[in-house]
Amino acid sequence: MSMFEGFKFRRVSSAIHRLDPRVKFFFVCVLFVMAILFNKLPPLILLFFIPLPFVFMAGVQREWLRSMRGALFFAAIIFLFNFVFTYFYTQYPRFPSASLLERSSAMTLRFFVLVESFSVFFLTTSPDHLGLALEQSHVPYEFCFAFTTAVRFVPVLADEAQTIMDAQKARGLELERGNFLKRVRNYIPILIPLIVSAIRRSLELAEAMESRAWGASEKRTNLYVLKLKKADYFLASGSVLMLIFAVYVWLFVPVPSLATLLGFS
Amino acid sequence: MIEVKDLHFTYPTGVEALRGIAITIDDGEFLAIMGQNGAGKTTLVKHFNGLLKPTKGEVVVDGVNTRKVSVAQLARKVGFVFQNPDHQLFCETVEEEVAFALRNFGFEENAIKKRVDWALNILDVMQYRQTSPFMLSGGERKRVALASVLAWDPQVVILDEPTIGQDHQQKEKLRQFIVQLNAQKKTVVVVTHDVEFVAECNPRVVLMSGGKIVVDGRAEEILTNPKLVAQASIVSPQITQIFLGLSDLGLPTNVIDVHEARRILLDFLEAHVS
Repeated sequence: MSMFEGFKFRRVSSAIHRLDPRVKFFFVCVLFVMAILFNKLPPLILLFFIPLPFVFMAGVQREWLRSMRGALFFAAIIFLFNFVFTYFYTQYPRFPSASLLERSSAMTLRFFVLVESFSVFFLTTSPDHLGLALEQSHVPYEFCFAFTTAVRFVPVLADEAQTIMDAQKARGLELERGNFLKRVRNYIPILIPLIVSAIRRSLELAEAMESRAWGASEKRTNLYVLKLKKADYFLASGSVLMLIFAVYVWLFVPVPSLATLLGFS
Repeated sequence: MIEVKDLHFTYPTGVEALRGIAITIDDGEFLAIMGQNGAGKTTLVKHFNGLLKPTKGEVVVDGVNTRKVSVAQLARKVGFVFQNPDHQLFCETVEEEVAFALRNFGFEENAIKKRVDWALNILDVMQYRQTSPFMLSGGERKRVALASVLAWDPQVVILDEPTIGQDHQQKEKLRQFIVQLNAQKKTVVVVTHDVEFVAECNPRVVLMSGGKIVVDGRAEEILTNPKLVAQASIVSPQITQIFLGLSDLGLPTNVIDVHEARRILLDFLEAHVS
């Protein structure tokens, strides 16, 4: 559950929290694209450090660290799969080369960059802001509502999953017992109540909303209207420049590997 | 026997839910834990079967420190019925649901069958044996959840808000059932807001507030004390409120039992109305 914690919004105010969600999302997308463009370690290390000032300025270090810790398990799987499969397909039975190690590390770091940037976005953007951003980008209201509700219910479902786990453990279920298949099966008693209660919850929500005249008026207005401020223009232009620079490097500059940089090969 | 010594618990979010709880629950005792929302009632009982481990202090169940054993090992002795049955029901039939824990604990098929029959009968859900638990009403689901815990005959039974969603008749049946369990020397711990229910059972009552125990004593002492009751954000049972209102007439104020109230009032009327 710790990975979800890294995406849970806490209502605090900082320069980062006050940024326009559309611009912040654009920034995160630029990071995302850049992480996909490069597969060498040095640029990915650089990318990993870019969101860090945002994390500290927003004061969400603890939550951010938790999301990183939560991502560790998947990261280990990514590393292992990359390393093992590439090794057996390309180098076996020779000794694994440093470049293979670097490539696998780069793929793992890419995953961290993706988790990190989205974690920063969700940690510093309230679901309400997110909805506003979507609406004012002319996405139909039904979609915006569905999206923000989904985001808002992630922590609720995470809490519920914990309660369900407790309830089943209290009936003698041992999640960590047995071989791999048995362990996967152990999660059935958790997943079914979780899904059933999520469906029940959504039906109740739908009824509650309809009884409060949801969708009665065609054109909705908003109490708050998003307006770009100086900092937003600054971040947006910064993101554009970063993207242009990254594409330029990707097209025209051969990116060295870490091994080359350090003079190993 | 459950022994709680200087128990402190802080959730990972930083919320300090329990601050120095000390309590001993003897075998065969019937205890009701009451208090306002967020007082730490559920957090406390989750320590009894090891779902939560103390941040500081210790909880000893039947001579075993809960830190040192798994939930599954403790669950064999301590049955815990959660507030919301939907958090545990997942099988295709009620029968399977009740057998789930028995299989986890490694009971033999023969024994499972007998115990399932017993539990379904005693909670009056036998007729739904082959029904999906999801098709039942809220009260019925609650009884299936209860049956699924009682089936393995734990020494201690913890019930978190057992009366929620039960109609009056089922509540009375549940009360009789709990009293019966207690008569069989089982330790029963009930977490509840339902003062009327507690008044009818007259157990030992522990009032909690702000992660601490405010008072620990008999139901008739605590529920009839307006000061204590207000401190824990509950109200006295209706019958007590009547007697508190009539205290000017010289009637006793520590009445929580309806039958006793009737007797006192009849005596009073006999003496004063001629």
